[in-house]
Amino acid sequence: MLDDFFTRAILAGVGVALVVGPLGCFIVWRRLAYFGDTLSHAALLGVALALLFEVSITLAVFGVSVCVSLALLLLQRRASLSSDALLGLLAHSALAVGLVVLAFMTWIRVDLMGFLFGDILAVTRLDIAIIWAGGAVVLLALAAIWRSLFAATVNLELAQAEGMRPERANIIFMLLMAAVIAISMKIVGVLLITALLIIPAAAARRIASGPEQMAILSALVGVAAVVSGLFGSLEWDSPAGPSIVVAALFLFLISILPLPTALRRQQKASSKGAD
Amino acid sequence: MLQKTDPLITLTGAGVQRSGKWMVHGVSMSVAAGEIVTLIGPNGSGKSTTAKMALGIIQPDEGVAVQRQGLRVGYVPQKLAIDWTLPLTVERFMRLTGDVNRSEAQEAMSSTDTMHLAQSQVITLSGGEFQRVLLARAIARKPDLLVLDEPVQGVDFKGEVALYDLIKSIRDRLGCGVLLISHDLHVVMAATDRVICLNGHVCCSGTPSKVATSAEYKALFGARASAGLAIYEHDHDHEHLPDGRIRHADGSVSETPTVENAHLHEGGASAKAVEEVGRDAG
Repeated sequence: MLDDFFTRAILAGVGVALVVGPLGCFIVWRRLAYFGDTLSHAALLGVALALLFEVSITLAVFGVSVCVSLALLLLQRRASLSSDALLGLLAHSALAVGLVVLAFMTWIRVDLMGFLFGDILAVTRLDIAIIWAGGAVVLLALAAIWRSLFAATVNLELAQAEGMRPERANIIFMLLMAAVIAISMKIVGVLLITALLIIPAAAARRIASGPEQMAILSALVGVAAVVSGLFGSLEWDSPAGPSIVVAALFLFLISILPLPTALRRQQKASSKGAD
Repeated sequence: MLQKTDPLITLTGAGVQRSGKWMVHGVSMSVAAGEIVTLIGPNGSGKSTTAKMALGIIQPDEGVAVQRQGLRVGYVPQKLAIDWTLPLTVERFMRLTGDVNRSEAQEAMSSTDTMHLAQSQVITLSGGEFQRVLLARAIARKPDLLVLDEPVQGVDFKGEVALYDLIKSIRDRLGCGVLLISHDLHVVMAATDRVICLNGHVCCSGTPSKVATSAEYKALFGARASAGLAIYEHDHDHEHLPDGRIRHADGSVSETPTVENAHLHEGGASAKAVEEVGRDAG
């Protein structure tokens, strides 16, 4: 079954969607869209370093993302610049350094498009193993810090006063983000990872009434986007990564139609009747 | 290490400095179990900063802040804006920082009159409703220490008195310490064991009546403020019976309130009791 490239693509995409959905909710709640962008831009520097030192691309991207996250934390304490300016600085510096390093390595021919837009149809069995194993670790860690991370998202001081240790949760969250960028880069590429983080969560927001519900719905929307995007790409011969994002966009548009609201009211009425 | 009988929180010569300026300086205070301590002071006098030091949210730049080990805190912050991107029902909000016993949650919600809001989204609540939900959440945790940062903001006078009654009854029931922050100088509840008057430093402290008559208080807020300082007394002087009659402390029962007891009222937790105060006075 895994011999078929299309099956491998679906397996890899579904694995990524399941992990990215719940994390994406925090990106939306905390207004961190630009943070996701920064990490994915920096991923290209990771790719360059991986090729230079001949190490695993996933590991190098993870390492660079972690460094960028820590640099952001340090700069936020030291520099008198706003977070969005710092993120812009880090994102584009890391991207530029990555491109320069790649250009210097004349002996390596790099398929830049592959990294920018992903190459889900070329995933190997090893990639699938990394996605599912890494994804499981990320989801377990997220479940462990869920309560304190969510409490810190609602109000940092409240979480701190009531002994939730939000700083620890925040740092773990940054590490998880770095891990997710590293394992999902091959699916949609660095330019579109943020879309996969945000769009399913945004689509889930309209229907969800609680945070846990939104996380699950977001993962399901992501899975639906991956499957329909890949079949669309097969049908119309469109690029796979962007097709997944376009499918997610359609699901989001459906979620903001008046229909789901009517459905939700109906659900509310029926659950009230059940009480 | 600190023992069970030690104060819940202790500040010793604690202060916070921001950009070379002391926001609050050399504060020493403590809150023990079963004690209600009120911090008052003008805007910018460092009340919230002091409370945040006591809670461990801000590390003091001088002195020390000590919390009893394993201290369970219920905190009602001064400002809490829920982002509209968050899907969050009141019922889920009650469990924000820890699992809460279902009956405890319901009791806390009925005592703050928020029971009917349980399934509402937090972002749809009005200011007053949200304030009561915040309080319910803090109470439902069964805290050792309840910290309320201006809990009466946006609450009218009648609600304010009812709220003070509620805080006292929570203290009596849970035996918790209460740290209350108020900028309202005119109403300091008599249930307060200690008032600490802040103005960048502790300018005076003691029982409410002692602080009201102190020279430092008068210097800070003016003699008029002092004269107007209403102390809401909880003298258990008489009791309202369900049929409208009144039982006095000596056991006698009368049909109508007398002028002497019109302003002295037993502290009850319900808003109804407060309305009766209004009727008695009128």
